Amino acid sequence: MADAMKIRAQLQGDVADVKVLMFHPMETGLRKDPISGDVIPLHFIQRVIATHNGKTVMDAQWSQAVSKNPFVNFRIRGAKPGDKITVSWEDNKGEKASIETTLN
Amino acid sequence: MRTQPSPKRSPHKKSSRREFLRTLAFGGACAAAFAAGWLRPVRLLAAEWNKAAFDAKVLAEALKSIGATSATDSDQIQLKAPEIAENGAIVPVEITSRIPGTQTIYIIAEKNPQPLVAIFDIAAGLEPFISTRIKMGESAKIRVLVKAGGKFYVASQEVKVTIGGCGG
Repeated sequence: MADAMKIRAQLQGDVADVKVLMFHPMETGLRKDPISGDVIPLHFIQRVIATHNGKTVMDAQWSQAVSKNPFVNFRIRGAKPGDKITVSWEDNKGEKASIETTLN
Repeated sequence: MRTQPSPKRSPHKKSSRREFLRTLAFGGACAAAFAAGWLRPVRLLAAEWNKAAFDAKVLAEALKSIGATSATDSDQIQLKAPEIAENGAIVPVEITSRIPGTQTIYIIAEKNPQPLVAIFDIAAGLEPFISTRIKMGESAKIRVLVKAGGKFYVASQEVKVTIGGCGG
């Protein structure tokens, strides 16, 4: 799952601007396979959690209506160089991924 | 004589019904405990995903499931979304809340098959700002709800979608 996510965090004063990209099909369960005509089953990220030095700052619940390869941007207050930010997700099939970055 | 067995069977029936109900109640208690997270196996994530709210197919139902039957219009919620989205599969949405004590931000696309798109719990240390991309099945209002101090506030914007982003 090395390529399941990308993260970029930039410190602006004491605020960390964090941008995350997750590589995931986010299937709505409404799409049909163009060749077989079979419905592609529902497959989407349900939970996304961001932590700042181990403390949860954002806890999100998603539906299948978040775009494919989800992007999310959020800002953490009280951040400083050396702080660790992690973002992890889990989908409706129990697949998981997480990524960590250190502010500089 | 023939009527005799019938009252005899009746109490037996009742007790089996009682047993059934007891089993049901126990099952229910387990389910409740499970939902409360007591019996849940150790997982990465804390709270439960709000299935009822996300499965709701009608806006009013989704609002009820998140406990937002009434919400006050607020100009303290800044919602940035395109007026015209050419591709309903990628509609950028940016939300900034200036409401003190913002706890949760909800994104709703009113005419999607399931209107509730996302719930963001904002803990202390996070700015009440979220930017993401959502799918919209057709032109509709994007409604953003903010929960602060146990109350709900709302802002909305109409987005015209040229090509829907749900099916394919």
